[in-house]
Amino acid sequence: MAVLAIGGPALAQDDASESVGGTMRAKDDAGEDVFVEGVEFTVFDADGNEVGTGTTDAEGIWRVDLPGPGVYSVEVDADTLQGFELRRPDNNPLTGVEVQTNTEKNTLFPLGERRVAESNSIQVVQLFVDGIKLGMIIAMCAIGLSLIYGTTGLTNFAHGEMVTLGAMVGFVFHVTWQFDFLGSWMTSLAFAAVLAIILTGFAGFLFNEFVWKRLRNKGASLISALVVSIGLSIFFRYVFLFQFGGRAGFYRDYRIGNQVEFFGLFTMVRKDIFIVVLSAIVLIGVATALRKTRAGKAMRAVADNRDLAESSGIDVEQVIRWVWIVGSALAGLGGVLFGLTENVNWEMGFRLLLLMFAGVTLGGLGTAYGALLGSIIAGVFIQMSTLVIPGDMKNIGALLALIIILLVRPQGLLGRAERIG
Amino acid sequence: MDWGSIIESLFRGLIGEFFIVFALAAIGLNIHFGFTGLLNFGQAVFMAAGAYGLAMTVATIGPAANRNFGWNMSESTLFWVGVFVAIVVFPVIFALVMGIPTLRLRADYLAIVTIAVAEIFRIVVRSPTPSIKKWTNSSDGLTGFSGTFYEMSPFDTQGRYLFNLFTGNQFFLVLVGWVILAIAATICWLLIRSPWGRVLKAIREDEDAARSLGKNAYAYKMQALILGGIFGAVGGMIRAIGFSVAQPDNFITDVTFFVWVALILGGAGKVLAPIVGASLFYGFLSFTDTFLRQGVSSGLISDSIINGPQVGQVRFMLMGLGLALLAAFRPQGIFGNKEEMALDDR
Amino acid sequence: MTGDQYDNEFKDELIPDAGPLPGVPGEASDMSVAVSDKIAGVDSVAARAALADVAWEPGAKKPDPLLVADNVVRRFGGLTAVDVDHVEVQRGVITALIGPNGAGKTTLFNLLTNFDTPDEGTRVFDGQNIDKVPAHKIANYGMVRTFQLTKALSKMTVIENMKLGATGQKGESLWRSVLPFLWKDQEKAVEARADALLERFKLMHMRDEFAGTMSGGQRKLLEMARALMVEPSMVMLDEPMAGVNPALTQSLLGHVTGLRDAGMTVLFVEHDMDMVQEISDWVIVMAEGRIIAEGPPASIGQNKAVVDAYLGSNHDSALDLDTEL
Repeated sequence: MAVLAIGGPALAQDDASESVGGTMRAKDDAGEDVFVEGVEFTVFDADGNEVGTGTTDAEGIWRVDLPGPGVYSVEVDADTLQGFELRRPDNNPLTGVEVQTNTEKNTLFPLGERRVAESNSIQVVQLFVDGIKLGMIIAMCAIGLSLIYGTTGLTNFAHGEMVTLGAMVGFVFHVTWQFDFLGSWMTSLAFAAVLAIILTGFAGFLFNEFVWKRLRNKGASLISALVVSIGLSIFFRYVFLFQFGGRAGFYRDYRIGNQVEFFGLFTMVRKDIFIVVLSAIVLIGVATALRKTRAGKAMRAVADNRDLAESSGIDVEQVIRWVWIVGSALAGLGGVLFGLTENVNWEMGFRLLLLMFAGVTLGGLGTAYGALLGSIIAGVFIQMSTLVIPGDMKNIGALLALIIILLVRPQGLLGRAERIG
Repeated sequence: MDWGSIIESLFRGLIGEFFIVFALAAIGLNIHFGFTGLLNFGQAVFMAAGAYGLAMTVATIGPAANRNFGWNMSESTLFWVGVFVAIVVFPVIFALVMGIPTLRLRADYLAIVTIAVAEIFRIVVRSPTPSIKKWTNSSDGLTGFSGTFYEMSPFDTQGRYLFNLFTGNQFFLVLVGWVILAIAATICWLLIRSPWGRVLKAIREDEDAARSLGKNAYAYKMQALILGGIFGAVGGMIRAIGFSVAQPDNFITDVTFFVWVALILGGAGKVLAPIVGASLFYGFLSFTDTFLRQGVSSGLISDSIINGPQVGQVRFMLMGLGLALLAAFRPQGIFGNKEEMALDDR
Repeated sequence: MTGDQYDNEFKDELIPDAGPLPGVPGEASDMSVAVSDKIAGVDSVAARAALADVAWEPGAKKPDPLLVADNVVRRFGGLTAVDVDHVEVQRGVITALIGPNGAGKTTLFNLLTNFDTPDEGTRVFDGQNIDKVPAHKIANYGMVRTFQLTKALSKMTVIENMKLGATGQKGESLWRSVLPFLWKDQEKAVEARADALLERFKLMHMRDEFAGTMSGGQRKLLEMARALMVEPSMVMLDEPMAGVNPALTQSLLGHVTGLRDAGMTVLFVEHDMDMVQEISDWVIVMAEGRIIAEGPPASIGQNKAVVDAYLGSNHDSALDLDTEL
């Protein structure tokens, strides 16, 4: 997407002048418009050679750049239709698609009803469960954000990039390079996740050591540090774009077909069950560690009242170091899981950052339990809001909740009133 | 390497349409952050308010009102109504939405809420849902609202002006833009020297001190938010008129960050600083863009390091890094002096 | 305990000299000339004399109270920081609010200046209920406060700091600010008043310097001078002696008594018992959130409740007011 035009009389376009694409839109069970994500297309030229592939993004849009004008054919992989069916299956592949010079051609593959007759679920419960899942992922990423704020006062706008880093590391190892230990996808995914955790934890350590600690020692103001974090966020996002490309990466192995039904109330795909269980284990583990271990208590003490903690003998710098390591590692793991749930792209962390802010503000900026509680509530809010607003706008729910909570109870559910100004 | 086009692009960047848009937005942000210490990370939303205020009034809301109420407002009437909506109605609404929940709290909260509002705006305007799309036209954006403006131009649309850089219409816009910039700078100069400006300076440094002397800190902050937002909206409106289109992607959050870079580069808190900062910033951006593209296409820079579309990405990388380094090592920018610098406070 | 216990001679000593303090001849009367405009009708000598008839009890009623608070309670979490049944501050005198650490003085001070809202209770200033009045409006009622950590605005010049203090400035309105001719005259008058005060406080030589370049003591003076720009009827000082070097102490004390002599009511919170003894007309003692004693300065040292509060209940001897607590 062109962001800025430079000097010329009209908006500058991207380089490719011809392309083909489209939007995959259908109606879900409630009769609402849905955009189908993850549908795969292949484009062939007039001689039957493959010219390119594309996958629909979260807005159901796909696009493939073409080498030039001409006649092409487009085929959709029916297995990737996420349970929907083509209304005109004979038109797949669609041949004779004529693309003129400098044209972005759109093709239409109308979709019919969703083939989910056999699954029983009550939509409200389903959305609630989906919300818990999203909320747990947000929580995992947000704990670091909240604790970094609590212990150092820094509102770290670059925290989202830690999430993206984790997701990309996991994706690259699991999908791009396909490290397959012991055969099963689960172990290779686990390996990728562990790698992501280690790398992001290390990155967090480096950042604190060479950037944030130096700024603290220099006596730079918190506003300065905030702007620095924004600059870093921009920098890393575009590095990710540069390296990873603009397209979304999908973990392909996990199809709709593997649904498991729960008491006729809701269904979950196998990968989602894995995500929920893992998240629950990790979050409970973290919550317990914060409560029971010395390190955890020290973290909470410093986050609550830095001077008091210091005067009772806690090594604050050490605590901050570990907060950065653990907080970043958790964000990295959250990134892997988020990538599994939706997709991996260069700005996924930035999008999630806003939801993290919503969750953390809701729960209480600076507390760990607040981040947890607030994030889960935010996740549920987001998913359940689709009952009343169109799906593409569901994130708004959390953002509106953020604004409302600031009006009503600015310190959040678990925060203390003295911290807010 | 076509040096001619590189120089042209640099010059145009320094004084042209985009410079004016960014300079106005930076002047607005200067009132927010430089004068008052407000952390507004949603200046792009104010700019969008200006653009869409005008565009929607002329292109969608106006005609709909004409139909529904049987009115017969001409396009030029709609234009001026649209200008009013763009620079008064919308900015005030947005400022209230962002300010009421946050101005009594610490500065970080405004930062978070402004980014949230920017995201809400992006989601809503881009939404393909028909009930919304009929007003905003989603990601395709709105057109057909700038005619009235160009009809006022005394310049020949086919002619070329100022070293052949600008067409008649463009030159008219740039000239009008420069006049507006001069007015804006004068207003800021008057403000900062007035008792009102003095209260803002006090609030920026210590709200409690100001309150103990009878100043309603919340009200002053809200006034600053609205005023700075209005300047941003004027900038956005000019952008829309200048390119005859209002699209959501013209006002993404990165645009806000550009404005911040321009402001910090010039030196937050000084009157001329945002203008100089915007000029340098945009001149640099245009120069590097054309330079890199020329370099790649002429073979000076190897294709394996960066290709075409990646030029844009590299520029943003540099910009992000630049902002971080500026904030860390020279937060007072070019014109600021360290002691007065709000960034160094606390 | 009433004043009758003491014979007349002793009682006279309880009331500080109405004239200038030793060492600063003539200064107090200069002060009264500078700031006497608003406080017409307040005879501080009579006000102080009236204190002689007041009972030495917590919550004692005063003959002419400017500030009255009733049933004020403030809790933080599970802790009750302040629980005051009744307190009155006499107009035209200097009242000291003292107590050991953690007694709740600062909290009560913040409650009385509306920088904090009590959970229960009412406050009345000059006959008007001020419960719903936000902190910034209090100055319009005539009450101004200073801060323990001096809030001289270091990024503004001294004269700018002073001009900020004036209330009712037309130029502070956004609309009028861009039309200088609307407020230029008023600004000149404000500046003249500011210059006069800077002269009195001997800060004129720093007029155009940034306040950040001043010493701690000078900043205290600036903050006090700035507060006077509000033309208040009551000045609330939060630990005015904190961090001031001894050389400046006498000067500050002189200014404070000068305020009183001009008819202003002064309330200050302090730890420095020298200051309390030297210039206060009345003392209120707090401990554990409640007022435990009230009376003239010399009476406080004998008060058993006060001694217990400061030193613990096992102490027998009277408090030596010369020691710093």
